[in-house]
Amino acid sequence: MTTEIPRLQRTGFTGAAANYIDERTSISAVVKEFGRKIFPDHWSFLLGEVALYSFVVILLSGTFLTFFFQASMTDTVYNGPWVPLDGIHMSAALNSTLQISFEVRGGLLVRQIHHWAALLFVAAIGLHMLRIFFTGAFRKPRELNWVIGFTLFILAMAEGFTGYSLPDDLLSGNGLAIINGMIKGVPLVGTWISYLLFGGLFPGTAIVGRLYTLHILLLPALVLAFIAIHLVFVVVHKHTQFAGPGRTQGNVVGYPILPVYAAKAGGFFFIVFGVIVLLATFFTINPVWLYGPFDPSPISAGTQPDWYIGFADGMLRLIPPHWEFVWLNRTWSFNIIVPILILGLFIVIVMFYPLIEGWITGDKREHHILDRPRNQATRTAIGAAGVTFYAVMWAAASGDIIATHFKFAVEGVTHVLQILLILGPVIAYFLTKRICIALQKKDRSLALHGYESGRIVRLAGGEYVEVHQPLDEYERWRLVSQEADKPVIVRPDSRGRITGGRRFRASLSRWFFDDRIEPLSQAEIDAASHHGELEGGH
Amino acid sequence: MPKLNAPSTKTARKNRKVGRRHPLATVALIAIGLGLTGGVYAAVNAAPATASADTTSASQQQITEGQKVFEANCASCHGLNAVGSANGPSLIGVGAAAVDFQVGTGRMPMAASGPQAPQKPVQLNDTQIADLAAYVASLAPGPAIPTGPQISTNGDAAQGAELFRINCAMCHNVAGAGGALTEGKYAPPLAGVTPTHIYEAMITGPQNMPVFNDLNLTPAQKSDIITYLTYIQQNPSPGGYALEDLGPVSEGLFLWIFGLGAIVGLAVWITAKSN
Repeated sequence: MTTEIPRLQRTGFTGAAANYIDERTSISAVVKEFGRKIFPDHWSFLLGEVALYSFVVILLSGTFLTFFFQASMTDTVYNGPWVPLDGIHMSAALNSTLQISFEVRGGLLVRQIHHWAALLFVAAIGLHMLRIFFTGAFRKPRELNWVIGFTLFILAMAEGFTGYSLPDDLLSGNGLAIINGMIKGVPLVGTWISYLLFGGLFPGTAIVGRLYTLHILLLPALVLAFIAIHLVFVVVHKHTQFAGPGRTQGNVVGYPILPVYAAKAGGFFFIVFGVIVLLATFFTINPVWLYGPFDPSPISAGTQPDWYIGFADGMLRLIPPHWEFVWLNRTWSFNIIVPILILGLFIVIVMFYPLIEGWITGDKREHHILDRPRNQATRTAIGAAGVTFYAVMWAAASGDIIATHFKFAVEGVTHVLQILLILGPVIAYFLTKRICIALQKKDRSLALHGYESGRIVRLAGGEYVEVHQPLDEYERWRLVSQEADKPVIVRPDSRGRITGGRRFRASLSRWFFDDRIEPLSQAEIDAASHHGELEGGH
Repeated sequence: MPKLNAPSTKTARKNRKVGRRHPLATVALIAIGLGLTGGVYAAVNAAPATASADTTSASQQQITEGQKVFEANCASCHGLNAVGSANGPSLIGVGAAAVDFQVGTGRMPMAASGPQAPQKPVQLNDTQIADLAAYVASLAPGPAIPTGPQISTNGDAAQGAELFRINCAMCHNVAGAGGALTEGKYAPPLAGVTPTHIYEAMITGPQNMPVFNDLNLTPAQKSDIITYLTYIQQNPSPGGYALEDLGPVSEGLFLWIFGLGAIVGLAVWITAKSN
């Protein structure tokens, strides 16, 4: 009794409240576990957070929009403040979007916040994935989390596309017309699927309502569920870190969530929110009032999807003409089938890349220290090739805008991009691989001999040498702390046979580790440091 | 006109100061004389020139002057009597409207042959253009320069917007931002184009544009389209800077460079170690 009262007085209301909650929920165990979780500090580790925060902004702004949006294709007549649409027939969806834009207080700002946040969401996911890929953060034990993250990327694109189509304006309607065309290009089932999706002949009067249900119910639920799994895995696996003194495969060096990261991450949320609101305040996005109602006959020059669907649109634009013919009394549109197959294959390869690389390298070790991209030349080169392939498709989606703004012929742009689609990744692969190996050699020479100091010394015997400034221990650690890799060697299986599959894997593995530079051994480093400061530049 | 007068007043001032006749005074006097004559001439003739509904109202003097302008600036490609050559089409029957559009927007005389004549600073003055138009119109009947209600901006903007989406937007973009055509040709942006020139473009079909005659789009409908284009120019985007009205491409590019760029910069700042 006498000890209780001073303690409460000392801790005050906060302590008493915390105690009240803890005694009823045992939450202290959770706070202890999560509050002491350590996160390493690097700007690129925040990209996933940017995606998460944009999604929160999307949820908040989207909820506001649902209060006013009518997902219906019923015919209405617009009578609002935007004069160039006054008295024009349009669906209730576009009419309510215009009302949100011009009549609901703050409606246009929230619409623009929602749209800019959506663009940022997918872009942040993209950049986050590039960081994960090039640092090898997807390696064991995180392969499945890559697959989950990539599924989130696909879901985000689906969210984006369904949202883009909701206002039922001319731009989004043309996007749906392209989707309808792609679906109908699928042999045998295409037409049936199109009629099923649109509830009859395109565009019908059902599609906006259906997309709306997907957009605000199913897809957000899936995104939330996958984000939850994704984050649970981050906690279970612990965060990866870059190599550095004191950092091992068995620890994480950084700051605890409470109080440091909670404050930083909380503050960062408001920074991201703030940037999005600034974008939405000063820059127009998706001016549906200019696009007007959807009507299957008109189309605007410069009709493009939002950036994240651009690669698919670009692939369609890159396919040469005359790839369709009639066979068995059916039209076979290979100008549709081929791009669908290429896009599907590309997505599958990226999605399962960690499993593919793991199989090729035969690496079963756990990795918690990130690779520097240069130290995995082949992976970095594959990544560069993939990025180039994607970038060419992406550029093709804006071929007409490239043509007008750089004064090229639009056919010329398309033909150059067609060639680049095939040659570009090959060039990028070899260029990147050579650059990576050169950088590795530079690092090796730095670690062994130090920096060139520019100071020339003449020795007693008359020989001139340049004095090299050795690296300090901390700097050298960063350069030499990589693990050694070995290609898979062909070995007979348990029955003593060498199968074709094993040979294939071994040859892929040799290719993957071809030209690799072995990490420096301790003996080499020691020998170099004993070599002394006065050393000739070899 | 002010260009011609400016040096003359300067020399006059100089004369007073120096106190004797400047050697260039004669030149200045002639320049003033020519400027005044031209100004009065233009003032007298401008009204009938732009108002001319057909070829008959242009004076013979104007046509003669126009022929001189034509021979000096146009004949090398369009032929001495505007009958055309290997380098340029015949201008018989293109009318005053075509001349006023092509020369009045600086597209003609062309600087170099290319997929399309680009818009550039206007090469001839208003009088010369009016004379030239009168000359070309005198060769054969053709579309006249539009006036009055045709180029009024008091039409129905909503009707005009719908007509614009159906007839024009596939090349010029819904916001009139322009777009690509085949073989390096393009539909130019429509911002800043005068109602007269828009109307003339519709009736003469310059460059790669089709002709929208009065059966296709009635004069009232053309005026509606002009009204819409004027409206969106006078009312800037309610959502903030419109990123050149290029649609999702400029939005995506802007987001990646400035949006994500700002976010990455701020992330670097947040994780930077304090010194």
